Amino acid sequence: MVIALFVVFSAMLFDQLLTQALTSLQSQVDINVYFVADAPQEEIDRIRNAVTALPEVAAVRYTTREEALLQYREDNRDNEIALQAIEELSDNPLGANLAVQARETGQYAGVAQFLLEQQAGEETSTPVIDVVNYENNREAINTLTSFIEVVERVSLIVTAVLLGAALLITFNTIRLGIYTSREEIAIMRLVGASNMFIRGPFMLQGTLYGLFAGVITLAIFYPILIWLGPGSELMFGLNLLDYYLDNFQYITLVIIGIGVALGLVSSTYAVTRYLRT
Amino acid sequence: MIYFDGVSKHYNDARSYGLEDITFQVEPKEFVSIVGHSGAGKTTLLKMIIAEDRPSSGTVFYESLDIHRIPRSRLPHYRRKIGTIFQDFKLLPHKTAYENVAFAMEANGRTDAEIAENVPQALALVDLEDKAFNFPSELSGGEKQRVAIARAIVNQPDIIIADEPTGNLDPIATYEVVQILRKINDLGTTVIMTTHNKGVIDEIERRVITMDEGRIIRDDANGKYVL
Repeated sequence: MVIALFVVFSAMLFDQLLTQALTSLQSQVDINVYFVADAPQEEIDRIRNAVTALPEVAAVRYTTREEALLQYREDNRDNEIALQAIEELSDNPLGANLAVQARETGQYAGVAQFLLEQQAGEETSTPVIDVVNYENNREAINTLTSFIEVVERVSLIVTAVLLGAALLITFNTIRLGIYTSREEIAIMRLVGASNMFIRGPFMLQGTLYGLFAGVITLAIFYPILIWLGPGSELMFGLNLLDYYLDNFQYITLVIIGIGVALGLVSSTYAVTRYLRT
Repeated sequence: MIYFDGVSKHYNDARSYGLEDITFQVEPKEFVSIVGHSGAGKTTLLKMIIAEDRPSSGTVFYESLDIHRIPRSRLPHYRRKIGTIFQDFKLLPHKTAYENVAFAMEANGRTDAEIAENVPQALALVDLEDKAFNFPSELSGGEKQRVAIARAIVNQPDIIIADEPTGNLDPIATYEVVQILRKINDLGTTVIMTTHNKGVIDEIERRVITMDEGRIIRDDANGKYVL
């Protein structure tokens, strides 16, 4: 039973880590819209507001021309030639830009489509949008989208298989325990004990078994997470120990709840086999 | 009280005879011994009465009740009318003699006061008051069987079913167990017993049903052991 609950809890933690890792990966993907250097501010604001209002857009980061220049200088501070080249120019050649993040990677195509339509609708004499760089990012976005789908599916299958195996082991352990009591159950039946009278003690036993297994599992995880916490924060940006402590009530409820339910259902079912005439 | 009407039982296993067209009746307060070789169908017949086994055809009645049509949920109530005794005693090993007898009352939903009153009486009837707090492993075969008898009678059943109750006992213990069963019968409880023991049958001098290959071949009101 402890093994079964260990698998359940591990799956919960793994799911959290995966979600965290994917969220952080997703946040690094975006579509950039570069405006022409002399684009009117009201046009930029109009497009910025229109994109922000799209339901599939999670965040829009706006970089002004001045910020773009600062960023350029920062990025090229070791490149003398690049810095000199920009100094030679009288005006800031860089346009403002938008970095657009969708809620899900699959939605980037729609957002890009919207932006390209905006670009196509402009009058050619006064262009506002210089480049929408979705095409450059598309391959990366598509790869990430399919990677996320595959990881989610694989983790679901692995969790389901492990959980199924752990549940079977638990059920069989309880059934074996009750198998040794079959003589006793037969005697109870012969003296006229009702089915509920016979089941009662086994159901209680199964419930307590689940309860204690839950408590042991939670206790085992504490030192493990103290050990894993800093590493998980470094790798995935989520400290598992903090997650465990912050959600302790919820986790306790889930783990002990599953333990008790498993113990109760297994013992009731196993005894029922010996109550059939 | 108990009525077998053309009862047959066939098993897939060809070595076992089961039952073949059994018809007989047991009246209240009767003491009926069923004799026969091993595999003659004696135990199968008893299992029909306690609804542990179902007939392939025919009907077994308890008074006007078709035993095998009792809903599963009502079976415990029916079984409380019957006390059962087995060759291997079937005592709960981790309970004392007192607790084994008390357990049968608890299972019947009796109160603590009733249990405290009736269990010592039942143990006294089988002459085991001084072994009340011994575990089965501390008792001799005869004593274990007497605990089993106390457990069978403590709920004051209408019938006692005894399957080879003396099969594992020495002659003295056998004599004691038979005397107790006779006493129970004298007090008004119907007893149906299977046995191999010629001495037991000849001593009881009551009705004897002889079985062979699943059939009743003799039914004598004051029978002797004839095989």
